[in-house]
Amino acid sequence: MKKILSVLMALGMACSLAACAGGASSSEAVSEAPSSSEAATQEEAVPAEQDAPQLDAVASGEVMNYDQYMAAELDTQVTIQAYVQAKQAWYADQATATVYLQDQDGGYFAYDMACSEEDYAKLTEGTCIRVTGFKSEWSGEVEIMDGTFEFVEDADTFVSMPLDVTELLGTDELIYSQNQRVAFKGLTVEPSTVEGSDEEHAFLYNWDGSGEDGDDLYFNASYNGQTYTFTVESYLCDNTTDVYNAVKNLEIGQTIDMEGFLYWYEGVNPHITSVTVTG
Amino acid sequence: MKKFASLCAAALLLAALALSGCHGRREQAAFAVPESFDTSRNYEVVFWAKNDTNKTQTDIYKQAIEDFQKLYPNITVTMRLYTNYGDIYNDVITNISTGTTPNVCITYPDHIATYLTGDNVVVPLDDLFADERYGLGGSELLYEGPTQEEIVPQFLDECRLGGAYYAIPYMRSTEACYINEDFVEALGYEMPDVLTWDFIWEVSEAAAATKGADGVYSLNGQKVLIPFLYKSTDNMMIQMLRQKGAGYSTQTGDIQLFNDTTTELLKGIAAHTANGAFSTFKISGYPANFLNAGQCVFAVDSTAGSTWMGSDAPLMDIAADEVVSFDTAVRMVPQFDPENPQMISQGPSICVFNKQDPQEVLASWLFAQYLLTDDVQIAYSETEGYVPVTTRAQQNPDYQDYLSRAGEDNTTHYQVKMDAVQLLLDHMDDTFVTAVFNGSASLRDAAGQLIEDVTKSVRRSQTVDDAYIQALYTDTQSLYHLDAASPSGGKADLGPLPGTAVALLAGLVVAWILIFAYVAWQAVRRRRAEKAQKARWQGKKG
Repeated sequence: MKKILSVLMALGMACSLAACAGGASSSEAVSEAPSSSEAATQEEAVPAEQDAPQLDAVASGEVMNYDQYMAAELDTQVTIQAYVQAKQAWYADQATATVYLQDQDGGYFAYDMACSEEDYAKLTEGTCIRVTGFKSEWSGEVEIMDGTFEFVEDADTFVSMPLDVTELLGTDELIYSQNQRVAFKGLTVEPSTVEGSDEEHAFLYNWDGSGEDGDDLYFNASYNGQTYTFTVESYLCDNTTDVYNAVKNLEIGQTIDMEGFLYWYEGVNPHITSVTVTG
Repeated sequence: MKKFASLCAAALLLAALALSGCHGRREQAAFAVPESFDTSRNYEVVFWAKNDTNKTQTDIYKQAIEDFQKLYPNITVTMRLYTNYGDIYNDVITNISTGTTPNVCITYPDHIATYLTGDNVVVPLDDLFADERYGLGGSELLYEGPTQEEIVPQFLDECRLGGAYYAIPYMRSTEACYINEDFVEALGYEMPDVLTWDFIWEVSEAAAATKGADGVYSLNGQKVLIPFLYKSTDNMMIQMLRQKGAGYSTQTGDIQLFNDTTTELLKGIAAHTANGAFSTFKISGYPANFLNAGQCVFAVDSTAGSTWMGSDAPLMDIAADEVVSFDTAVRMVPQFDPENPQMISQGPSICVFNKQDPQEVLASWLFAQYLLTDDVQIAYSETEGYVPVTTRAQQNPDYQDYLSRAGEDNTTHYQVKMDAVQLLLDHMDDTFVTAVFNGSASLRDAAGQLIEDVTKSVRRSQTVDDAYIQALYTDTQSLYHLDAASPSGGKADLGPLPGTAVALLAGLVVAWILIFAYVAWQAVRRRRAEKAQKARWQGKKG
């Protein structure tokens, strides 16, 4: 009998400890996103073709195609179906995610979309999701705010090829590629300076050099005599990524090719994800 | 029976140890000021600092560290930079659990209230303040620091939590309204010395009404115009409630935010939003960008953001060809009672974290206190619309010279920034702070979220009525965990117990029943055995 009681006590204690260490904190917000019953199909990315698979839901009018989305008024509810191209951040406090999406016609930026941590892990490149939210504009960036999403089961995957927009730099047409995966080729690294100093740098931590390793990187590059500013956004590509370290190793005067996403902040503000020195 | 009792005692002891271990972090002893600072040892002080993405501020921190280390060569200060308070807060919380907090940290009192939920995590500074040798103005300091009396009392009071000082103020600012004066006059209004809410809504409505059929506003000739744009809607709600004398929270942490006055204010904001008169930073973008592009009449932002405001602002985020020329006026935030203006006091404070080694804490305190010296205070305050927190620095001839040169240039003496600074210096007695308690940071977020949600909903053509607002209150209370028991002991329904907890409790009850049954059974057996023994003895005797 003593043995039985001892076992019972030990079991009770073990249960208590397990309860102590328990699951999610009660302070964690719960994702409003419908949970997918199964992970999206992880197939090979569509190689070397810009065309995404045709989406039945778009064809049937259940969701907007890119043109319909772009034509929609700001602050109206929109539903789009597109493929994850990059994940920028997951915010634990609110259980929201910010991601770049793209379909065969254009790019989308879903900002602060309700998303559990578990679902965020499933948002791998190429995964097809259906997003419902409100079309908004923040400092020139057109985005889907306050969205929710669901995985589109049995959908193919699609990873976009970068659209070369080098020749569109400085033109009004560039905005039509907003949020897309883009490429810039044959640009020259130009010096950046900090106010109050003539010292030239190939890049700066933060826009004014006020940051340190781990912060956003800003660098200048020119094409056809015009200089443009590019950013390695630390949430999208932190200081452990190849692009972050490639930019830290840039030298003024080098020729580079870049890829990234065409973000907008009071004008074009490309978020660079890859840099290759070509000369 | 003895064995059983020992078994129970051992189990209880083990349980107690295990449960105390559940909370992980090793308890730290309370800090006591050492009798003297041991200069024979070396110390590393980790300093987490916040700057406004401003290179000059970063340079001032670096200079301060360099100068301090010259005075105290045995103390090495390592700085980690942040650009927002939220990230510092999150990292501190994470590091409390692992016992790896920094030594010194720039923070908000709201955040310190949460840090204090751990035992002896943050050093109470009262004894350090008063220490004759190393305290404020202490005799053994290797620099001229301020005495306690030389710290502006209102600012120091903001750092008092639960009867003790847990921080020292570092910089102070308030909010200001930056105004395109040309637009106000073009609309036929004269700029008052003190803005009222009635005035600002009336002019904003008039500006919105200039929108033509083609979508172009005649006021600015553009398709974009947000007449009234507010950066920090938490401050907006807090100040409105304060000016109205309505509830927000008690000093002890009872939540009063969700009241009739709040409802009335939200309905007003909804109506003005519907007419195109109002938006927020979170919804539309930085007020400075719209103001400088001629797309805003009234922009409310911190005085610490004043270097971004106006046509000639030294800091600018929009292309030069988008900037329009206009006269910028700086006023207090709008008031309900202009005779008794009230505005929020805000700005960074400094706290010192406790460590096992009191000498390390003392080294941290020496550095924290160094940030209050005149050189640091004056240099940092000049980077933005901040005010030094010591009367000593405010009265320093160098600072007075700085103030007297307002408008001389568009950099250090930029007129708009100087106007913002003077606004706070003139109205220090009109500033207030909200109560600080564990959860006050969430309450602040909730206050702002109410305005954000109402504004968004109106823009999205949703109906904002009593039912909407009541539902919003419920959702906001839940989202920010304001519906749990209040810190002052109020009760709240936490809902039914989870099934696992019920099973666990049932198991414990069953175990205790079995224990008592066993004890009772043992007692009966013993009594029977004694009786039988007695009977045998009696039989033998017989």
